[in-house]
Amino acid sequence: MSGKLMAAVSAAVLLWAVPALADGELHIYNWGDYTNPKLIEKFEKQYNVKVTLDDYDSNETMLSKVRAGNSGYDIVVPSDYTVKIMIEEGLLEKTEPNAMPNGKNIDPRFLNIYWDSGRHYTAPWQFGTTAFSVNTDKFKGDINTLAILFNPPDELKGQINVLDDVNTVMHAAERYAGVPRCGADKASLKKINDILMAAKPSWKTFSYDTITKITSGDVIVTEQWNGAAYRSRQKIPAIKYAYPKEGIEGWMDNVAVLKGAKNLENAKLFQDFVMAPENAALISEYAGYDNGIAGSHKFLPAEFANSPEISPPAGSPTPEFVPPCPPDVVEIYNKIWTNLRK
Amino acid sequence: MAEPRSIDIKEQPGFRSIAVICLLVLYVPVLILMIFSLNSGSLVTHWEGVTLGWYGSALRNEEFHNAARNTLIISISATIISTVCATLAAIGMTRVKPWRGLAAAFMVINLPLMVPEIITAVATLSFFALIAGTFGLNFGIGNLILAHTVFCIPFAYMPIRARLEDMDLTLEYAAADLYATPWKAFKRITLPLLVPGIMSGAALAFIVSFDDFTITQLVAGPGQTTLPLYIWNQIRRPMTPEINAISTILLLVSILFVSVSFLIARRRAK
Amino acid sequence: MTTATLSPTMPSKAALFEAQAVKAGARRNRLLSLPALLIIGIFGVLPLLIICVYSFLAAAPYGGVQWRFSTDAYLNFLFQRDIFDDTLQFTPDFLIIYLRSFLFAVVTTIICLLLGFPTAYFMATRPPAQRNWWVLLITIPFWSNLLVRTLAIMFIIRDEGLINNALLGLGVIDKPITMLYTNFAIQLGLLYAFLPFMVLPLYSSLEKLDFRLIEAAYDLYATRRQVLWRVIIPLSKPGIIAGCLLVFIPALGAYVTPLILGGGVHLMIGDLIAQQFGSGRNWPLGCAQALILMAAVLVALFFYVRNTSGKVQHG
Repeated sequence: MSGKLMAAVSAAVLLWAVPALADGELHIYNWGDYTNPKLIEKFEKQYNVKVTLDDYDSNETMLSKVRAGNSGYDIVVPSDYTVKIMIEEGLLEKTEPNAMPNGKNIDPRFLNIYWDSGRHYTAPWQFGTTAFSVNTDKFKGDINTLAILFNPPDELKGQINVLDDVNTVMHAAERYAGVPRCGADKASLKKINDILMAAKPSWKTFSYDTITKITSGDVIVTEQWNGAAYRSRQKIPAIKYAYPKEGIEGWMDNVAVLKGAKNLENAKLFQDFVMAPENAALISEYAGYDNGIAGSHKFLPAEFANSPEISPPAGSPTPEFVPPCPPDVVEIYNKIWTNLRK
Repeated sequence: MAEPRSIDIKEQPGFRSIAVICLLVLYVPVLILMIFSLNSGSLVTHWEGVTLGWYGSALRNEEFHNAARNTLIISISATIISTVCATLAAIGMTRVKPWRGLAAAFMVINLPLMVPEIITAVATLSFFALIAGTFGLNFGIGNLILAHTVFCIPFAYMPIRARLEDMDLTLEYAAADLYATPWKAFKRITLPLLVPGIMSGAALAFIVSFDDFTITQLVAGPGQTTLPLYIWNQIRRPMTPEINAISTILLLVSILFVSVSFLIARRRAK
Repeated sequence: MTTATLSPTMPSKAALFEAQAVKAGARRNRLLSLPALLIIGIFGVLPLLIICVYSFLAAAPYGGVQWRFSTDAYLNFLFQRDIFDDTLQFTPDFLIIYLRSFLFAVVTTIICLLLGFPTAYFMATRPPAQRNWWVLLITIPFWSNLLVRTLAIMFIIRDEGLINNALLGLGVIDKPITMLYTNFAIQLGLLYAFLPFMVLPLYSSLEKLDFRLIEAAYDLYATRRQVLWRVIIPLSKPGIIAGCLLVFIPALGAYVTPLILGGGVHLMIGDLIAQQFGSGRNWPLGCAQALILMAAVLVALFFYVRNTSGKVQHG
């Protein structure tokens, strides 16, 4: 009797476990909390493809899983400098998104970029800036300076989250110190090291979970991306995104197809799919960043497109897109980073 | 030990209060978590009223379904494989004359318990990366099932072995005396007596697999998000009481299996 | 325990027959342990050997290994080229992280013992029917999801969490006390995670305690305190050692608890190792760090075996 019961239970489990029938599959590996479920649903319906979605929290995590080989993913969404690395390493499939039907929609500003000039490998996903946000209910002073992160006033000490991202933090420190990006010059590296060591006691956490950290009241200041700042402000209106006078980092995430992807055709379909303006708008609507596809703004609420996070106020610094640093500088960065967090 | 004094001599001052403190420390946080899963407000920490709505939205959530499905596929497969292997191993290591290498075999079986989980995790990751890179082999979700089976075996093994050691051998000998073949004797005598041990071992194997985070996180491939990984991803987003509801569901599953394992073991003791 | 010990109870003729049957069966039975040994051997032991090999290779620039012999991983554990003047210098960064984890593990073990021993003793001295319920109560958290339990702690101690809200509401404090993302939070989390690991082995050892010895001690006019220190504790030494080990080893390699409750400011061994496989992109270093942790565990196990040698352990 119990044998029958077991058989029935396992049969039920197996039935439930069989995936719904579809023409094909597509395995996407994207940043966490970044993909609009509606976008995936729409793609699944339109092409009858079963999509699985997993997330990572840094380019480095994604890269290490992909480099390990045979990861099983078809699509990844690396940031600018990571795209450059991946192309150099031969990790990406040359899918010519620029020649795809929707390739004509690529905003000319994002066509001949340093990481994929002419868009032979990647389609735009979203772009934005990295600075920091402050809960202005709890801090009233001037926020448009990197001193908030690196030499904070007393009331902000111990109330700061910085991104657990060596490049972002290093580049921010370089801007604060007024030295060039990726500089191998010993004197400037020493200067940066000193700034970081002095700032560290004021930092409460190193984390990517910026929205949670600032909206739960765990911190008053968090290093953040503009779209995340927009979403934080939807929860707590007093959260303000800063445009530090020392400079601001720009970035762009891009849809790329991994070399040897099992579902190559579906992956290409997906690249084309995300370049349609109404679909790009779906991406932006969810994650809160601009997308680099011309004509998508008319599908977005004006309130979003005109928000201070998306359209910087006049006089704000121009976003700087930083290419990957040379390996010897990366090595020194990593040493400074470990030393900082020992 | 039946003397009237016995209770008195066993007392030590203050021990009762420490025991109660221990229970409070262990239970208060999870109880609060469970209570707040019924909170109708959307902020995690402000109580607004009672609702079962978060359970509804958790159960309707497709990501949760996928995670639950993955978890069950992995846990059930790992439980079945590890329990079968552990049962065979327990017989092979108790119903024998001590053989050379027995001690070593015993160590191998228990090895997964001695190695810190993070080491097992990175070692398994390196292993699967190597065979994927060298031979192009990728078992998909099988990778996780195999990784789980490894650490489930010792957990399933322990209660089965304990049961075998406690068992009265007279019956097995009697069966042999009556010219039962070893297989028949095993099937008719040993196995039925062993069932409680096997059930208890299987329940433990299921729970450790069901709850595993560290190894799963490092080994999981595309579309292989399990419930603990799902919770991990949720913790890092703005939290709603839905995460408490999902956590409570996980806890209830664990409690169910521990209790079943415990009750079987207790029946055995009688 | 083994068939040999039971043979004398059998009639002599049958015993002879049995001895042969058991012997014949024994050969075959041995093979039954093969599947388990193979699975653990291939997917448990072999991976450990692979990381031994990996630790002596060079790191590939973006993760993975290059098949070139190198002792950099071990060298880098203690020595690094100075960032600023390129000399090879003693760099204690990793050592400090190991020492911090070690310290946390030791403190966790001690507090768990201080709380766990009285609890286990109290459980062991209940009437048998009650004992079972106590065991169940301690066992449930033991098998519950660690992530969920850590989440529960986080939920209570954050700045806008229950404790702070309650204290603020009662007017005891006017500014939230920062508890989450501090060493206190990590310590609390570890304690909470591993307390049952201490109580259960202590209990199984104390349960077998021969209370006639305690009675004898009282008959010889020992005080309660003397009975505890001179009789009960020495008799339960194997349980104490087993419990300490079961807390110490996982606490040393703890990964998820410090990650969530510590906020990533101070790394611990577990984070450090995982980091080398992710953003650190230095697999050989991660492997070397894992093996150094393993060595620490083996030292702990060695002390365990030495202290309990001669006694057979039962889970």
